[in-house]
Amino acid sequence: MPKYELVLLKNMAQPGYTGALDEYRKTGGYTAFEKVLKGIPPSEVIELVKKSGLRGRGGAGFPTGMKWSFIPKDHPGPKYLCCNADESEPGTYKDRQLIENDPHQMLEGIGIACYAIGSHHAYVYIRGEFDLGAEIIQRAIDEAYEAKLFGKNIFGTGFDLDVVLHRGAGAYICGEETALLESIEGKRGKPRTKPPFPATHGLYQKPTVVNNVETLANIPYIINRGPEWFASLGTPKSAGMRVFCVSGHVNRPGNYEVPMGITMREMIYEHAGGMRGGKQLKAIIPGGASAPFLTQEHLDVKMDFESIAQAGSMLGSGAVTVMDEDTCMIWAAMNLMEFFHHESCGKCTPCREGSAWLLKILQRIEYGQGRMEDLDLLVSLSKRIEGRTVCAFGDAEIAPVLSTLKHFRQEYETHIQERRCPFRPNVVLAMAGGH
Amino acid sequence: MRLKVLSDKAKAAIEAEFPKYPDKRSVLLSALHIAQKEVGYLSEAAMVDVSELLELTPVQVYDVATFYSLYNLKPVGKHVIQVCKTLSCALVGAGQIIEHLQNRLGIRVGETTPDGLFSLKLVECLASCGTAPMVQINNRYYENLTPEKVDRLLDDLKREGKSAMASGPFQLPVLGGKS
Ligand SMILES: Cc1cc2nc3c(=O)[nH]c(=O)nc-3n(C[C@H](O)[C@H](O)[C@H](O)COP(=O)(O)O)c2cc1C
Ligand code: SF4
Ligand code: FES
Repeated sequence: MPKYELVLLKNMAQPGYTGALDEYRKTGGYTAFEKVLKGIPPSEVIELVKKSGLRGRGGAGFPTGMKWSFIPKDHPGPKYLCCNADESEPGTYKDRQLIENDPHQMLEGIGIACYAIGSHHAYVYIRGEFDLGAEIIQRAIDEAYEAKLFGKNIFGTGFDLDVVLHRGAGAYICGEETALLESIEGKRGKPRTKPPFPATHGLYQKPTVVNNVETLANIPYIINRGPEWFASLGTPKSAGMRVFCVSGHVNRPGNYEVPMGITMREMIYEHAGGMRGGKQLKAIIPGGASAPFLTQEHLDVKMDFESIAQAGSMLGSGAVTVMDEDTCMIWAAMNLMEFFHHESCGKCTPCREGSAWLLKILQRIEYGQGRMEDLDLLVSLSKRIEGRTVCAFGDAEIAPVLSTLKHFRQEYETHIQERRCPFRPNVVLAMAGGH
Repeated sequence: MRLKVLSDKAKAAIEAEFPKYPDKRSVLLSALHIAQKEVGYLSEAAMVDVSELLELTPVQVYDVATFYSLYNLKPVGKHVIQVCKTLSCALVGAGQIIEHLQNRLGIRVGETTPDGLFSLKLVECLASCGTAPMVQINNRYYENLTPEKVDRLLDDLKREGKSAMASGPFQLPVLGGKS
């Protein structure tokens, strides 16, 4: 039995639950949407969400109610809501589960969000690889139209809403909110310079909110059970449950929905079943590839936005990647740098060129050709990328490098002194792969 | 308008997307997916057809087609095997799966088998990190792989063109807290 009452994963934990509309409605689905449309003014819906303390689950943790309140009320429209289902942050696979097993939670959240911000047009941007997810969402959207939950004059209230599924085509950067907008507009997914912000100049230069799948899925429950209930879960500044995605060297990798603020130790050793093969834990990435590495010393850090930030990392997408004592930290940083180098959209020179340089240096250290000066070079290069790019990707790509250098400098030095990787002594350059 | 390679069916499918957006250009990603499905890859002629339908220049279409990794600008094998090589998969054996696939198929990453049946590609995280290692083949995921499962999978694909090992909706045994 789960130790905490599940919210978003609750329905799907029931045997036989398929996520079809009639099943979702039996659990109270779409009653929150009906309730707001029939009796709660949009500004009050925004107040409720503000009061709940809900913060975005996509990565940055921005307060959701506040984001909605930035949409200008007197704008003639159209206004847009985009649901971010691009889920590509390495280690993250919660949105996929939410989409494939209970898609109407997110769709109901979209309905309520649109009503709150005065939008009649929503796009669900799903990553191109999620073929099954796209089928499932499209079917759910069709069901909602048939049941007159979307379309014209919903619940007889005169409120109209169109929801469109938009498929991406393979590009991590399209998860960044302004790149996502470009991609919907049929362009290369390159982030825009901000300001102006999407709240005033978003999709087609109109006021736009971009929210993550999990963020939106929480909305119906906040309406039905009240903001006080939501705020009572988690910690004062990190309210609510969170679906953490645990992967790597644990016995039971999986998505665990728990209140924010439990320790990493509880997450890894209780929920995820501890370390595979009884090995020692060496490193943890607590919030997706863009979050700095932490170590065994941080096991008692609480998993909420503030505590993880205080420990020098970030809660990010909620993806917890666990590495055991046999994992080479230079190899791990190199693996992620390959990712960042491949996915840099190329718009900013520091990010585009910097990722290539960082990767080359990590490669030569890992393959036994590094020099001691390389360590300073990694730092100075990273500092020249940090804060000098159009989007947050630039800051993300230096996280694995700087954090492994900080916590595992000795390991870098050993590679250089011994001219080989102590963990993988036989590897040769140009071999892809892992342990 | 006379199209070079796209069928009337593909044309209709693309035009059915128009009402979803305030402009035609927004249909571009969908249109390229539809064109690729029909032709097998994005040939120049297919991109020109798309540009006609969307009232764009061919260069505007090419510019977008070259940005996204799911579009193939060259012919590919019938089954495109995309192996995730990112950290969570690499930690639990993606490297071994890649080696095994190269050996079994007799090709290196980036190549297609001479019979045109399989192409092998490495890709970044596909959001299947808790069920790693994994591959995507055309539109389906195959998870929790071992070299033995890869053998069975390749045999299925050769024999029947598909495999029952494909993942359905997300499944994880443990939900929420302690079990
Ligand atoms: C490089 C980059 C990639 C991102 N990828 C995603 C993603 O895949 N999914 C997501 O929801 N947010 C992603 N984000 C965050 C979005 O920009 C945006 O903040 C988020 O979708 C807002 O939703 P929220 O407030 O509900 O969290 C990414 C941000 C950056 C900088
Ligand atoms: S920081 Fe990188 S990913 Fe972001 S806009 Fe610049 S080049 Fe593109
Ligand atoms: S790392 Fe392979 S699916 Fe995420």
